[in-house]
Amino acid sequence: MSAAAEVVGTGTRRRDDALAWLRRNAWTIGLVGFLFVLFAFTRVIQPRYNAAGVQGLAISVLPLALAAVAQAVVIISGGIDLSIGSMMALTSVVSATLMDGRSDEFAIAVVFGVLVLGLALGAVNGALVVLTRVPDIVVTLAMLFVWAGAALLVRSSPGGSAAQWMRDLVLGSLLVDVIPKATVVLLLVVAVVWIPFGRSRLGLSLYAVGSNQLAAFRSGVSVGWTKVMGYALAGLFAALGGIALTASTGIGTPVPGPYTLLSVAAVVLGGVSLAGGRGGVFGPIIGVFVLQLIRTDMTFLRINTNLAVVTQGVILIAVVMVGSLIEIRRARR
Amino acid sequence: MTAVATESLLHATDISKRYGAVVALRSASIDVRPGEVHALMGANGAGKSTLVKILTGAVRPDAGRIVVRGQERSVHSPGDARRGGVVSVYQEPSLIPDLDIRSNLRLTRTPVDPFHHWLGELGVERLDLRRVARRLPLATLRIIDLARALAIEPDIIMLDEMTAALPANLAERVLDVVGRVRGTDRSVLFISHRMIEIGAICDRATVLREGETVGVVDVRPGSEQRIVELMLGEAAGEMRRDDVTTERAARAAGTTPRLATVDLAKGTKLRGVSFELHPGEVLGVVALEGQGQDELFEILAGAAQPDGGELRIDGETASFGHPADAIRAGVVYVAADRAEALLMQRSVRENIALPFSARFGSWGPIDTATEDETIEKAVQTLQIDARAGNEVRRLSGGNQQKVTIARWVRGGLRTMLCFDPTRGIDIRTKNQIYKLLRDLAASGAAVLLYTSELKEIELACDRAIVMFNGRIVNEIDAAGADEATLLRAAHNIGADGRGSELPLDDEEAAAAEARA
Repeated sequence: MSAAAEVVGTGTRRRDDALAWLRRNAWTIGLVGFLFVLFAFTRVIQPRYNAAGVQGLAISVLPLALAAVAQAVVIISGGIDLSIGSMMALTSVVSATLMDGRSDEFAIAVVFGVLVLGLALGAVNGALVVLTRVPDIVVTLAMLFVWAGAALLVRSSPGGSAAQWMRDLVLGSLLVDVIPKATVVLLLVVAVVWIPFGRSRLGLSLYAVGSNQLAAFRSGVSVGWTKVMGYALAGLFAALGGIALTASTGIGTPVPGPYTLLSVAAVVLGGVSLAGGRGGVFGPIIGVFVLQLIRTDMTFLRINTNLAVVTQGVILIAVVMVGSLIEIRRARR
Repeated sequence: MTAVATESLLHATDISKRYGAVVALRSASIDVRPGEVHALMGANGAGKSTLVKILTGAVRPDAGRIVVRGQERSVHSPGDARRGGVVSVYQEPSLIPDLDIRSNLRLTRTPVDPFHHWLGELGVERLDLRRVARRLPLATLRIIDLARALAIEPDIIMLDEMTAALPANLAERVLDVVGRVRGTDRSVLFISHRMIEIGAICDRATVLREGETVGVVDVRPGSEQRIVELMLGEAAGEMRRDDVTTERAARAAGTTPRLATVDLAKGTKLRGVSFELHPGEVLGVVALEGQGQDELFEILAGAAQPDGGELRIDGETASFGHPADAIRAGVVYVAADRAEALLMQRSVRENIALPFSARFGSWGPIDTATEDETIEKAVQTLQIDARAGNEVRRLSGGNQQKVTIARWVRGGLRTMLCFDPTRGIDIRTKNQIYKLLRDLAASGAAVLLYTSELKEIELACDRAIVMFNGRIVNEIDAAGADEATLLRAAHNIGADGRGSELPLDDEEAAAAEARA
C-alpha cells in the first residue's frame, strides 16, 4: 500500500466501496426500480393481481431466467449461443424420461447426470467454436438443429414426468406468500454457481477475453480454454433451465420454446454489452421478469396479441436506447 | 567483445519468421547480459516488433533458438514467457479495458504491495484500484502496465517505446527506474526511437536491418552515428526520380496554400502542428512510427477532431466532422491498409464508383453509362490490371492501392493525403504510384505523403516536414535529401550526431533556424 492510500480511513473506504458498487450496478438497480413500477402499474390496471399472480409469474419465468443467465455468460465472454433453447429441450426430455416412474433418490442422481450432460453439450459448442474458427453464431446455429434433433430422438412427443420433490421445490411460496419458491430457488442456484465463479480467475478471464482478446492473450490468459469454459457454463445453466422446465410443467417437451431469442433480449435489457466484457447475470434475470410482466400487463389491457409482440419489441429498443444515451453522456463528461 | 565469456541472460540466435511472402525476420540474433539495459534499434519495418513478439511468445518463430539463463526455451504464449521470467510492456497497454485495476492485477497474478511500491517510484502516487481501466488516461495506463510488470520481478523486461505518449516528468521517472536495473541480475530490453534516451540509459545496442542483426554497438557518446549507419546499410538506388521540380515548387510558394494548419493539437500525440500544403506540390512527412503522423492524417481526413488549432482549406477555416466533409472540401485520403478503404468482396468498378454515389447522398438509380465511361478512363490512366476485377481482394496489393487512388482521381481531386501508400507493394508498382503522385501534382493537385520508407521521400516529394514527438521539428528540401540525412532528421539528431530534445518554447525558433 502506498502511504497515500493508507491515510484514507476504513470508514471512508467502506463508503467509497459502496458508492463504487452502486455505480457499477446502476443499470441493474435501475431495472429493479423499473420492475417495481411495472408491478405497481399492474396493480392499478388489474386490482385483483396478487400474490398468486406473482407466484405464477415467478414459475413462468424460471426456465427463461436460467436461459438468460446462460446466454449472459457466453455474451460476456464475447460470444453468442443460439443453441440454448435446444439444449434446454434436450436436457428437459432426458430428465423427464429418466425420472418417469422411478424413485425420488434416483431423480436426484438424474438431476446431477443431466447437469453434467449440460456441461458437456456446452463444452462441445465451445470446442467447435474455438477449434474450427467458424464464427460462433454459425456454429451455435448449426448446433441448435443438432441438439433439437437429439431431443426429438429421445422423445418424439411431450411426456415423461418429474419427481414430486422437484415440483414442490418450485411451486408455491416460502414463509410469506409474496415470496415465490421459484424465485428463491432461481437466485440460490445462480448465486451458488455464479458468485464463486465470478470471483475466480476463470471468471476474470471470461470478462478479459470478452473485453479485449488481444490484451487478454498478452496478459497470459488462455483464450481458447476460457471460451470453452464459458460455453460449458452456459450449457450448465441451460441444463438447469431444462430441469426447471420439467419441474414446472411436470413433463419433458422435445420442441424448444422461444427461449434463445428471448434470452438475448433479456441479456441486452439486463445491461450486458453484446460486444462482450461488460455486465453480469443478475441484470438479465430482472430483464426476464420485466419482459414477462409487460406481456402479462398487455393481456390485462386486452391488447391484441400480435400488437402486444410489436409493443414488446418497441419497449426493448426504447429501454436499451435510453441506457446507451446515459452511457454516452457519461463518457463525454 | 572481451575475450572473457560473459554469462548471458537471454540469448537468441538465427530467429526467422515469414508471414506468407513477406519475410519479417531473416536471421535475427540478440544477446542480453544480466544487469544491462540493452537497446533494440532498427528503422521502421526492420523487424523489431516481430522479434519482441517472438521473445515473449506472442508469435512463434519459423526457426531459431532462444536460451534464457542457459536453458533452451520454447515459449508458446505470453503466459509461458511470463512464467519463464520474460515480461513485455507493449506500446498498447495490455490492460483489460472493462476491468478495474484490481481485477487486472489479479488476472496476471500481480502482488499488490510491490505494485504500489513501483507505482510510487514511477511517480503515480494516488491510484484508486477500483477505477476501470477504460476511464484512465493513456499515460497512466502505460505507467500501470510498467509497474505491473516490475512488480512480478521478471528476469527480463521488454519495453516497447515506453516513453512515447508520456509527459516529460513521467518519462524521466521511467528512465530513472529503468536505469536502476544496471548492476543487478536482471536486465531490460529497451526499444525506443529516441536516440537521447538510448544514449542516457543503455549499455549496448543491437541493430536490426531488414530482419537481420547487423551489429551490436557499445553505447557511449558519439555512437549514435554508428547506429544510424548500421540501421541504414547501403542505400539501394534502384529507383530514380524522373524530373526535377524546383521550378514548380518555386511557383507553388507564391500561391494561397490549398491546405494549411495552425497549431493543430490532439492530446499528447500532436502539439502545435503548423504547415502549408500548396497546389502543385508533393509534401513529404518524415517521421518514425508513432510521432503523431497517424493523428495528423486522421484529423486532415475528417476521421478525428483536433483538440485545438485551426485547419484552413484554400485560405478559409474549415472543420471536418466526418470524412464526407473532407471529401466535399476536396480532401481525399489514401490509407496504407487497403482493407480500410476498399470493399474487398466487391468489384473494381463498384469500388471506384463508391465514394461518388455516396457523396451525393442520393440513394436513387445510378447513371451507369457515364459511370462506365469515367471508370474505364480511370482504369486506363492508372494502368490497373483488372483481370481479376470481380473481387478486389484477388488483385495484388499494388493494384488494390491503384483502385483506391483511382476512385479519387476519377472525380478530379484537389488535395490527396497519402498515408504510407506503398506499404508492402512491389517496386515496379511503387514507381508507378510515385509517378502518378507527381503527375497529379503537375496537374495542380496538392499531395501530402507520409511514407515509412525514407528513400522514397527524395523520389516523390518536393519538400518534406519532419515530425518528432508530436511536433514538426524540421523542414527539408527533398531534392537531394539522402536517406542518411532523413534518418538523422527523423531521429531528431543534429548534424553533430548528438540527439537533441528541443525545449518547448524555442521550438519554433529552432525550426525556423533549420529552415534557413
